[in-house]
Amino acid sequence: MGKKLLIHNDKVPGINTLEVYRAHGGYASVEKALKTMTPDQVTDEVKKSGLRGRGGAGFPTGLKWSFLAKPEGVERYLVCNADESEPGTFKDRYLMEKIPHALIEGMITSSYALGAKSSYIYIRGEYFYVARIVENAIKEAYAAGWLGKNILGSNFSHDCYVQVGGGAYICGEETALLESLEGKRGNPRIKPPFPAVAGLWGCPTVVNNVETIAAVVPIVNGGGEEYAKIGIGKSTGTKLISASGHINKPGVYEIELGITVEDFIYSEEYCGGIRNGKKMKAVVAGGSSVPILPTELILKTAKGEPRLMTYESLSDGGFQTGTMLGSGGFIVMDEDTSIVKNLFTFARFYHHESCGQCSPCREGTGWMEKILKKFLNGTASESDVELLWDIQSKIEGKTICPLGEAAAWPVAAAIRHFKHEFLEIAKSKKFVDISHYDRLNKKVVA
Amino acid sequence: MKVTIDGIEIDVPKGTTILQAARMIGPEVAPPAMCYYTKLKTSGGYCRTCIVKVTQGSTANPNPMPKPVASCRTEVMDGMVVQNFTSPEILEARKGVVEFLLINHPLDCPVCDQAGECKLQDLGYENGSVKTRYEFKRREYDMIDIGDKIKLHMTRCILCYRCVKVCEQITDGRVHGAIHRGDAAEISTYIDKAINNDFSGNVIDVCPVGALTDKTFRFKSRVWFTKPVDAHRKCDKCCGKTRVWLKGDEVLRVTARKDQWDEVHEFICNDCRYDHKKTSDWVIEGPSHISRNSVISQNHYEHLNELKLQALKQQKALGFMNIDKRP
Amino acid sequence: MGAQVHGTQHFDAKKRAELKFSDAAMETVKDIISRYPEKHIKSALLPVLHVAQAEFGGWLSPETMDYVASVLKIKPIEVFEVASFYTMYNLKPVGKCTFEVCQTSSCWLNGAEDIVKYIEKKLNIKVGETTKDGMFTLKTAECLGSCGTAPMLQCGASYHENLTYDKVDKLIEKYKSENKLRSYTDLDYNNTL
Repeated sequence: MGKKLLIHNDKVPGINTLEVYRAHGGYASVEKALKTMTPDQVTDEVKKSGLRGRGGAGFPTGLKWSFLAKPEGVERYLVCNADESEPGTFKDRYLMEKIPHALIEGMITSSYALGAKSSYIYIRGEYFYVARIVENAIKEAYAAGWLGKNILGSNFSHDCYVQVGGGAYICGEETALLESLEGKRGNPRIKPPFPAVAGLWGCPTVVNNVETIAAVVPIVNGGGEEYAKIGIGKSTGTKLISASGHINKPGVYEIELGITVEDFIYSEEYCGGIRNGKKMKAVVAGGSSVPILPTELILKTAKGEPRLMTYESLSDGGFQTGTMLGSGGFIVMDEDTSIVKNLFTFARFYHHESCGQCSPCREGTGWMEKILKKFLNGTASESDVELLWDIQSKIEGKTICPLGEAAAWPVAAAIRHFKHEFLEIAKSKKFVDISHYDRLNKKVVA
Repeated sequence: MKVTIDGIEIDVPKGTTILQAARMIGPEVAPPAMCYYTKLKTSGGYCRTCIVKVTQGSTANPNPMPKPVASCRTEVMDGMVVQNFTSPEILEARKGVVEFLLINHPLDCPVCDQAGECKLQDLGYENGSVKTRYEFKRREYDMIDIGDKIKLHMTRCILCYRCVKVCEQITDGRVHGAIHRGDAAEISTYIDKAINNDFSGNVIDVCPVGALTDKTFRFKSRVWFTKPVDAHRKCDKCCGKTRVWLKGDEVLRVTARKDQWDEVHEFICNDCRYDHKKTSDWVIEGPSHISRNSVISQNHYEHLNELKLQALKQQKALGFMNIDKRP
Repeated sequence: MGAQVHGTQHFDAKKRAELKFSDAAMETVKDIISRYPEKHIKSALLPVLHVAQAEFGGWLSPETMDYVASVLKIKPIEVFEVASFYTMYNLKPVGKCTFEVCQTSSCWLNGAEDIVKYIEKKLNIKVGETTKDGMFTLKTAECLGSCGTAPMLQCGASYHENLTYDKVDKLIEKYKSENKLRSYTDLDYNNTL
């Protein structure tokens, strides 16, 4: 069994309540930080831990914190990005729903390190019930004195609030999130300035993912060095992976970074192999925007080494033969899956979620969806594959925010690794929907 | 701060953007801009036509920037090296941006009032393809009136947000904005409200395409058949310095004066724009300077006079009879 | 495309004058506003719109948006811009229960299309339509973060996961018998079915 630091208590009855959470060692990091550490010492531990942003970009958290501008007399904010919307990703929802206090504890400890008097947890609107759970936990924390004035008798006071979104994937982009938090359209801002200098209401702000903030708790409790002992190289600690698709045991798993992909997919501890005795065809390893890889490349790198669940190993080979760890949204597809159809659902998604600010993304995402639709209609020709390739290349890197790349990469990767599928459809002028799962009539174990 | 753009070095003050620096050098290096507008704060960054390649970030940090940047929103650093027209990569990327801007544009130039002074036309001419690769139905919207003087033809809009920023920054209250999102985003008022205040007409001047047009000028004339003159009047609301577009003795329309980048010198009020359509309302200063490259110059008398003079000189030299004195 | 909300929607001044949050809703709104510094009251817009939508019939009419603008002391266009940007705000009337079936990758891999077809047949409506009795509206949604328990649909605050045809039947029965407006803000969400 791998080490678990975030959701080790997820099956404990009542762990969503402060009482049970506290009885299992909860809020120890707040005690330790406020009573024995300076804010900079907390930041140092996070730096030592090697923790990298768990939202998808993988930027070192300690470094991000150290960029926070600290001008005199100006408020600073910590904002938690709980706008989990990357297709294939549902780990933050699981964490907040099961152990809401883990997030709140992380918010308090992190805010102490950053000197933030207030913090906001921006939860995607569709997770309204999750927001209720987190709000109730916040109420409990206030009542017990973990939030509010002079926490634990210290000079540190902190208020933590929840805001729900209105339904927009783009609000997972940190500056779009801040716009949304300010009650505006979720249009990403043009950077610089970065949030660390001018974020929420123009004040210096750190935006961190739910899992990142929750990971601060074990880092402070056990020390950054201890945390860094888990994992390989620059991929330290544990990571929540959302596993879905054609596997026997979909769900949220906490893994030690560094286990092999093969182990993750086939072992009973994790995904439990491919459903219905089928063979695996492809994997999207880090949420919809990262390149899809065929079986041979996801299990082994181009050099023939076993692929590991780390930032570095998954991206080994660049986009030619590699992918990314991303948000840890792990979608597995079996041999019957149509890559083209799956790509269509991604293209439709990005078209639907484009904010419309900059022209390549606004116009290009819709265009790609329309061309992919042609493949499903059986009206595509071979030249459409070239056109798709060209369009994605003209979106990538030309947009204000990374949604452009997120929309372009899946298209590029599908063509790179599965071009024959596109050409077959174009040639036969017929799309055969081979993906058929007659499981809807059966009772499914939750 | 020293910055090199397409091999030409220039010294600019701190805080200058790459686009501004390029404009200081001149049109030979200045990237096209569809959404940026010097007089409007926070404008720019959306259309992506002005993207350039930064091959050296600064003297202190000589690394190149990983992606093309929007030159209108990126400040120069000392020692920065930028490629615009000299980068094939950028030209290809810009071609892509122009294609994106055009795939849902109706290309109805033959019936569009903006034709001849349309920035998208210029951009397409300089960077576009001859043939479209887009085979699907283009986006369409009904035309609407926003107020009795302005026509909004959303189908032509490229979502540059200039009009939104005009209303936010120089009028006393914005009633229109961008609604919906993605490629369904559109410029709209809240329900049926009219944009109605003293400076609202400026949205027409800043619109780079034919999305916002002057209803008092609609279909009156092709712009290249009109003669622009600089004129002024005493106005207690604005500077009163305008460009009056004449056909014979008739004032067809009044706009703000624009510089070589097609940006207004000073915003003007609706009184000047709409309510002074007689030549006697204006003190005419003389012909406006119109770039020789502009379609408008095709029929522009400053330019025609010049040609005429040249012809006369040549004829004289060749011993021709004065053209006006021919029987 | 080209929703043309402008020009086609009527603004009923009388209806607008009658709009007022109930005391309970006003309490919630005040609580939301208190979360932000006073001068940044606009920040409350998204959550307040959710309250307004639940309070005034499950959708945001022009009158409702105008009312929300007055509560938050902002311009109506600012509300309209935001309400039309996000997918959870309905700018047209909907049924009492809106089924939003996720259709992105993992859900599609697990038969979301079949679920949509099944509901269409069962309720005799197409995606985007409302049943004649005003009970159900069917929509498709993009990834709702339920990939491990696909296929799924959201109705109000409730997530209904690991759907089967049988489960869909039961859901329809349940909501029919309850016969009440389902909103995202519902406290009595129930994810167990």
